[in-house]
Amino acid sequence: MRFSIYRFDPESGQKPAMQDVELDILPEGKMLLDALLAIKDIDPTLSLRRSCREGVCGSDAMNINGRNGLACITPLAELKQPITLRPLPGLPVIRDLIVDLTQFYQQYRSIEPYLINHDPEPEIERLQSPAQRAQLDGLYECILCACCSTACPSFWWNPDKFVGPAGLLQAYRFIADSRDQATNARLDDLEDPYRLFRCHSIMNCVEVCPKGLNPTAAIGNIKALLVNRTV
Amino acid sequence: MVSRVVSGAHYGVRDWLVQRFSAVIMLVYSVTLIAYLVMHQPMQYAMWHALFSYASMRYFTLLFALSLYLHAWVGVRDILMDYVRLTWIRLTLQVATIVALVLYTMWIVTILWSVK
Repeated sequence: MRFSIYRFDPESGQKPAMQDVELDILPEGKMLLDALLAIKDIDPTLSLRRSCREGVCGSDAMNINGRNGLACITPLAELKQPITLRPLPGLPVIRDLIVDLTQFYQQYRSIEPYLINHDPEPEIERLQSPAQRAQLDGLYECILCACCSTACPSFWWNPDKFVGPAGLLQAYRFIADSRDQATNARLDDLEDPYRLFRCHSIMNCVEVCPKGLNPTAAIGNIKALLVNRTV
Repeated sequence: MVSRVVSGAHYGVRDWLVQRFSAVIMLVYSVTLIAYLVMHQPMQYAMWHALFSYASMRYFTLLFALSLYLHAWVGVRDILMDYVRLTWIRLTLQVATIVALVLYTMWIVTILWSVK
């Protein structure tokens, strides 16, 4: 199979370039990550992140034939050749397919991704009814692979100011949580022309999410809550 | 790095709502006008003139134009916020946009009420 892989070595002093690679591999039943690891066996200088190899850790997010996705759950047989692999767009490249996710994590950190509850700690746990728990479905599954935020033009233009789809999905995950008591403060933090309202409902995030989540819907819910609070 | 001075401008909801409601008004006006045009074929100058002689039609058209300008203001400002990095250039362009839209408003009032 034919591959075209983005290569960049910061120590070489050379500009990034696409490298053509031929690999003898039967695609049936294999994922893209299997091919990448086979290529890495031949050329150990190829750098990429990967860990769980089953779409749970979110490490091997990359741009596959122009679309962000996880290499470990992308069937090799379904990809058009040459398979073009680039690092996630919009973030600084550290080496080959590895990007610097600092901006992404900074935005995630900025939404305070943890329960804020000032009640005394209960003996066992903070209980939820099944209906309250159901509010978190479609939100808690996010693995922070960064496929969505790096597919979002608004995040490309303003990564320092716009929280991005992943961060906003998580912001809504805590707003929707019945055990959280900081809803108003969270909405205050997001009521901002840059932090929330850079989202123009382009929906690239929904298109690429490897877990099938819908950040645009979560952002819509946050907007609805803000409207509810304002008018 | 995340900029430390971006949280808490505390606006955005109203503009977002304005954009949605102005879109609805523009849609209603457009559908109404297109329906009128389709039902009154062939369109003659006299009929067109008579249509815009009604005060209600003038106000409806003005409402449409104002919706368009408000809608355009939010949209153009969004584009400037996305793409223009330097604050002073962004501010200059935003002021220029406001001036243009105010002039357009005066212009359409002149046009609509010039129909004798």
